[in-house]
Amino acid sequence: MTPFLTHSGIAVPLLNDNIDTDQIIPSREMKTVSKTGLAAGLFAGQRYSEGRTPNPDFALNQTKFDGASILLSGKNFGCGSSREHAVWALKDYGFRAVIAESFGEIFYNNCVRNGVLPIQMQAKDILNLGARVAVDLPNQTANKIAFDIGQGDKTMLIEGLDMIGQTLIHKANIGAFFERDKISNPWKY
Amino acid sequence: MTRTLFDKLWESHRVKILEGGEALIAIDRVFLHERTGSVALESIVESGRSPHAPENVFCTVDHIVSNKEGRGQDDARMPGGEVFITATRKAAKATGINLIDVLDADQGIVHVISPELGIAQPGLTLVCPDSHTCSQGALGALAWGIGSTDAEHAIVTGTLRVKKPPQMRITIHGALNVGVTAKDVALHIIALYGAAGAKRCAVEYAGGAVENMSVEERLTLCNMAVEFAAFTAIIAPDVKVSDYLKGKKYSPKGGAWQQASEAWQGLQSDERAKFDYDYEIDADDIKPVVTWGTSPEHAVSIDGQVPQGADYKALSYMGLNVGEVLAALPIGGAFIGSCTNGRLSDLRSAASILKGRRVAEGITAICVPGSMAVRREAEAEGLDIVFKQAGFEWGAPGCAFCFYAGGETFAPKTRVISSTNRNFEGRQGPEVRTHLASPTVVAASAVAGYICDPKNLEPLA
Repeated sequence: MTPFLTHSGIAVPLLNDNIDTDQIIPSREMKTVSKTGLAAGLFAGQRYSEGRTPNPDFALNQTKFDGASILLSGKNFGCGSSREHAVWALKDYGFRAVIAESFGEIFYNNCVRNGVLPIQMQAKDILNLGARVAVDLPNQTANKIAFDIGQGDKTMLIEGLDMIGQTLIHKANIGAFFERDKISNPWKY
Repeated sequence: MTRTLFDKLWESHRVKILEGGEALIAIDRVFLHERTGSVALESIVESGRSPHAPENVFCTVDHIVSNKEGRGQDDARMPGGEVFITATRKAAKATGINLIDVLDADQGIVHVISPELGIAQPGLTLVCPDSHTCSQGALGALAWGIGSTDAEHAIVTGTLRVKKPPQMRITIHGALNVGVTAKDVALHIIALYGAAGAKRCAVEYAGGAVENMSVEERLTLCNMAVEFAAFTAIIAPDVKVSDYLKGKKYSPKGGAWQQASEAWQGLQSDERAKFDYDYEIDADDIKPVVTWGTSPEHAVSIDGQVPQGADYKALSYMGLNVGEVLAALPIGGAFIGSCTNGRLSDLRSAASILKGRRVAEGITAICVPGSMAVRREAEAEGLDIVFKQAGFEWGAPGCAFCFYAGGETFAPKTRVISSTNRNFEGRQGPEVRTHLASPTVVAASAVAGYICDPKNLEPLA
């Protein structure tokens, strides 16, 4: 996974609340058993008009947002379906960070697992960010505005670690836990 | 120190606290389906890793599989979809996990068969790369939806890294009025507090109205917790849950059943346990609910109207105006099924309205039982005949028309009354206008030809 330290890029606003993962990538765009090749399906429902031509009203199709790598949104971004394809599609398109008032829980974790930085901020701060945003994860700022992030998530993103490998470091603890549990809760096994 | 039910399950599964504050939580059962599980299984095979406990990993085929009667084992809902089914079958064999395949007698929607087979049990942790896994909190399991990468992590390591969520309790005092279902309770709560209202909490449902619910009704209530932005939902298991699970395929047997029953008795929040948010609702305030917009929070009672200040984008998608009365809107489609309302009790309640009636002219009406077992039991009671005689299609189990993956669905701009969980733009098909409601409201509306409260249906002659 690509480590995330700092990133500066064009920010595109999609400021509605409750943008669900069905909007981020409609299920009909998930055509293969794969984590890649999903950029074309990103926001397909709104991004394309009939005949799959670009819908000029949709922000991602506007010249000023060409090459956007930071997405700004409202409350509950990424709610709904657990499909990790939503993050894979954002990443495939070139997004490195999403800044929103709040996130769907599963989407948030999926971002961290894939090196996409989810930043939670108040609406007034998001509106003040402007057209370009410089994110500094070690110092937890976006255009100098401070944000909070869990220490575990921050470390995973900064170091770009393989989480399964990291957890298997604790293999002995895990084995011992299950051995104890088999004795105290034999009905589970 | 007092503890909540969630605290008890959390602490009894905590392997260790990691640097950074996350906990490593032991995972007792993993469930997968072909849509998001296939990629997790393939990734395990490619990495050369193997499952920690393959006997505790289950996989069903429900999302992409055809819903037509007489389907073959590779038949998908849309062209090209068979790749998800065949890849899942291959990877399941390679990893040695339990596969519940398309033509198996146990096949069905993951959240319907998980309790039906006794895979979900009180006191267990259960995860699945599907957001509606929170349904299983109805049994007193600590169950939540995750992504495919985390599913791979859970299968390989037997654990997940989790930040402890804040906690909320919603107590529903009193008894529900006649005609009000668990679905109405769920939609009422989401409308009241908003689609982000649960603030990523683990939500415990409590109170007289919840105690009175059957296990299947509790599954419906907990199912919708994710639409409320909850980490998960949970209900303290009682004797109804034990009775429900006794003798199920994967339930503990013999001496293990005794041990389990004793362990389950201690699974409740302590009397003075503290929650970060503690809400109380009066059951008497809840009426049958229907949604008008494109978020589950866009919901009003069925005798209501599109509210002032309604979201313009949602209204435009739904083809509605502020002030329009819901219980008069002509519909073109009706759907009964899904992990929310595809269980036997849902089919029975809909059939009680459909018996002796016909769906209105021009309505496409479809019922898809949630599992093969639900379908068999419904057929044994003659419910399939009731649905078919009323003019409903009778499908083969799966997620079906709840979400659109290509292939056959309702025509664009069709107004559909649906017992499903999401009214998102395009969820049931491009431009399809979904109104969420209970199975009884769906059945009554199909008969009337417009959104209709069952109590307002013309009585049978």
